[in-house]
Amino acid sequence: MVERPRRRLLPFDPWHLFLAPLSLLMLLPMVWMVVTSLETEAQTFHFPPILWPGTLRFENYLTVIRGSAFGTWFWNTTVVTVAIVLSNLVLCTLASYAFARIRFLGRGVVYLLLLATLMVPIQVVLIPTFLIVKELGLLDHLGALIVPHLASVFGIFMLTQFFRTLPVELEEAARIDGASRLSILLRIVVPLSLPALATLAVIQFMWTWNEFLWPLVTILTNQDAFTLQLGLATFQGSHQTQWHFVAAANIMSMLPMLILFLVAQRYFVRGIATQGLKG
Amino acid sequence: MDRFRRFLVSDHAAGWAFILPSVVLILVFGIAPIVWGLILSFQEAGLISPEREWVGLDNYVRIASDPKVRQAAINTIYYTVLFVPTSILAALFVAQALNRRIAFVRFYRLAVFIPVVTSTIATGIMFLWLFDRNYGLANWLLGKIGLGPFGFFEDPDQAMIALVLMTVWGWLGFDTIIYLAALQGVPQELTEAAAIDGAGRWSSFWRVTWPMLGPATLLLVVWSTISAIQLFDEVFFVTKGGPLGRTSVVVFYVYRLAFEQGLGALSLAGYAAAIAYVLFLVILVLTLAQFWLGNRIIHYPS
Repeated sequence: MVERPRRRLLPFDPWHLFLAPLSLLMLLPMVWMVVTSLETEAQTFHFPPILWPGTLRFENYLTVIRGSAFGTWFWNTTVVTVAIVLSNLVLCTLASYAFARIRFLGRGVVYLLLLATLMVPIQVVLIPTFLIVKELGLLDHLGALIVPHLASVFGIFMLTQFFRTLPVELEEAARIDGASRLSILLRIVVPLSLPALATLAVIQFMWTWNEFLWPLVTILTNQDAFTLQLGLATFQGSHQTQWHFVAAANIMSMLPMLILFLVAQRYFVRGIATQGLKG
Repeated sequence: MDRFRRFLVSDHAAGWAFILPSVVLILVFGIAPIVWGLILSFQEAGLISPEREWVGLDNYVRIASDPKVRQAAINTIYYTVLFVPTSILAALFVAQALNRRIAFVRFYRLAVFIPVVTSTIATGIMFLWLFDRNYGLANWLLGKIGLGPFGFFEDPDQAMIALVLMTVWGWLGFDTIIYLAALQGVPQELTEAAAIDGAGRWSSFWRVTWPMLGPATLLLVVWSTISAIQLFDEVFFVTKGGPLGRTSVVVFYVYRLAFEQGLGALSLAGYAAAIAYVLFLVILVLTLAQFWLGNRIIHYPS
């Protein structure tokens, strides 16, 4: 059967008529935030809105950095995120390798028990976890944000699934040559697993960087331990009529995440597409 | 001693040594709280004072007659019913549009995906400004086509819908990624065969592609429902449960009971734990029902 040539009304694919406005709509909140962050206070309170401020006031960003604890929030969030990502990479790799490759007493039961916790929603464990952290004397301290998340069931599950797909022959050959399990893991398994580890790292980074509820509950009065999200929320609350400053702070808080996304987009997409996960 | 030494080099010791750090952490911060939460729900307990009194099922009985629980449940259902179909249908359409080789498609995908990595607070700030009653861009744009002005988050009748719009914006990329992955699994021979058999685009989509997307749709329905029922951050930051309590959802009420009553001094942690456990049960039953129903409808490719 001969395909009839489709008559073309447009010199381009008609889907552009949907996708181009959609993209604008999706980017609009962010673009509008950038514009606002470069305006004067008077310009932000103008209706109809001023779409282009003329002179770009980059000094709004400096004012926010100097006039708030933004630097502290940024530093705290970086410390917490880096600590959690690194620790998860190490601890989850160790545990997952054991679950995937070593036969030991209780393996199945422990694995199932860990997986079962994935079903429990955060609000069920929120209050008791708060009490546990309080008993450990971690409240109002960055430790409260780091310690409970040093290892994650999600990471163990993801890596175990991945390790199981790796061919076992290489490891067996090394084992016969007398290599220890740790050196097999480091020299053979880890180099083969870099994409999976990168996926775990970026997803964990995103969760930690954007987390709000847990810091809200555990960092009560100590402003020196505020994270970006906490700081941003209070900053918005106390500068409700200074949208140019709020916008500048907001853009700065998003920047690391956006850069990481642009650099590592395929790992984010892979993480979501294969695991179906969002914080 | 010999047996001990043999154990040390055995697989059992090695396995446990590898998993021990993770297991201890998850035991303390993941499993112990589940048990403690259940115990708390049978107690009258605060957050600060160590006094805890057994009250049996009192907390659970109290839920049934608490008008605020009822309102929070209604609000939660309202949000879920609006959010789940809207976000999934939108993503289905967007994924269809993005699943083709046309110019700029990488840019289009980027634009749709970017909100996925944006935090709730950042999103909240952007939409508070966009939806500002007096100076917001949204009211200006909508005014151009003769609509509005709207109160959005400040209007009791519109606040929840504004929340839905905001969260659909935030979730669209996530759902689209899942659908795109599923669409790439639909063999081209199938759609081509349908075209040869004379099927139009519309019927080819509904007869061939849509059934193949069953598992992805089920995953999204289950996942979106779970997260919709647990809505919190957006409500806490953007609407604070208002106006007139119209966006006070269940988890928000749980939070206020446990953490905000007199800054924790008058905390009703036990009662809050009971509500949280009931919610957990509801989610569990709903999820099982969705999987059961889904698996009866869906045709899994062998």
